[in-house]
Amino acid sequence: MKYLDEYRDGERAQQFAREIHRLTTRPWNIMEVCGGQTHAIVKFGIDELLPKFITLIHGPGCPVCVTPLEMIDKALEIAARPGVIFASFGDMLRVPGSTTDLLSVKATGGDVRIVYSPLDAVKLAEQNPAREVVFFGVGFETTAPATAMAVYQAAQKELKNFSMLISHVLVPPAIEALMSSPNCKVQGFLAAGHVCTVMGYWEYPPIAAKYHVPIVVTGFEPLDILQGVLMVVQQLESGRAEVENQYTRAVRREGNQSAQEIIRKVFKVVPRKWRGVGEIPQSGLGLNDAYAAFDAEKRFGLADRHVDEPTECLSGLVLQGQIKPHECPAFGTRCTPEHPLGATMVSSEGACAAYYRYRRQPAVVEQK
Amino acid sequence: MCLAIPGKIESISGDDPLSRTGKVNFGGILKEACLAYVPEAKVGDYVIVHVGFALSRVDEEEAHKVFAYLKEMEELAELKETCP
Ligand code: SF4
Repeated sequence: MKYLDEYRDGERAQQFAREIHRLTTRPWNIMEVCGGQTHAIVKFGIDELLPKFITLIHGPGCPVCVTPLEMIDKALEIAARPGVIFASFGDMLRVPGSTTDLLSVKATGGDVRIVYSPLDAVKLAEQNPAREVVFFGVGFETTAPATAMAVYQAAQKELKNFSMLISHVLVPPAIEALMSSPNCKVQGFLAAGHVCTVMGYWEYPPIAAKYHVPIVVTGFEPLDILQGVLMVVQQLESGRAEVENQYTRAVRREGNQSAQEIIRKVFKVVPRKWRGVGEIPQSGLGLNDAYAAFDAEKRFGLADRHVDEPTECLSGLVLQGQIKPHECPAFGTRCTPEHPLGATMVSSEGACAAYYRYRRQPAVVEQK
Repeated sequence: MCLAIPGKIESISGDDPLSRTGKVNFGGILKEACLAYVPEAKVGDYVIVHVGFALSRVDEEEAHKVFAYLKEMEELAELKETCP
């Protein structure tokens, strides 16, 4: 496929790898923020092409993984109610809540539907005026234009039976939270290309300056990731800490203005809990007052529900780059994709799932 | 979930800017995508699509830069070899 295959060329990947080897004089820790990049890195073995003292730390950029237990429990409760059609992206169905998951609710009679786009949920509401249709709005800035448009269209159509359970999260505040933690080992970032197609990267220069950390907006194919790493290493080796854009074919500095406009119209910035990490101030999106009628938490009386995170799953540490998935004692034993303890083992972008799928022998990683 | 992939716009329907949609071809698989956020996109353009929304038009010229960069690197390396 055009714009995919040519960025997976092995010979060219080696060329980037050789250049990175040539330039690297010291150990560096680089975090790829996005779970899609983590997946590509582990799948294509990109980390194994790199010099052994460059460590890629897998970041918190998997929306499924960071959706707090509390939200999953709220989703489960709403989905189990009679008369409700609960619409969700497929990835959320197997994420474990406190006692069950959406797939089990569906199996026991809940009307849970997998949709490809949030607009499909709006259609469901139009087609089923006697039912309450609730969409599970999770995701980063990449997904926000889609969920915002769904709410916006539902308002235009004056749909009274449509609402959204929202657990939207934002990347820059998460990077800030990581950098200000005393245990932070990250020295450079690959920023998530698709988040930046929407938001641009004008938010990053103050972060790069404040923490003296290079940030390179990076795409998702092997050559993109390798070039992103090369650009970060070039900066680190020369003592620079700037914001650069590797993914120029899709990302412009100012991002997508019309998408940002709808996001601002429908959403406002709110504090948000991250699974395993805790609450990060100003790190999420919630509905603006003008659209508060579409808030499923309010509609179903769940706004005050709080649930503590389980202790056995160490995904919080995984998501902050403090441990690699296979260092979790439950990895591959008590926790597998069939019986996940945490969301990072479920999601196709979760670091635990990626390691389980492609790296069952942790030795490959350990020998570095 | 954050997966967003490039596809080619085969046709466009609707002229209301907020509900403009296109048929987008992903390596032979046709899917409908909302084009509200890429008002500049035309039939034949490649767009990055995520959960049914085109988020950005792929810039053909920029897309070659990775390869141009590699080529330059290669030439530089050869140059270094020939004149030490
Ligand atoms: S291996 Fe399972 S229990 Fe351990 S951190 Fe990953 S998801 Fe949680």
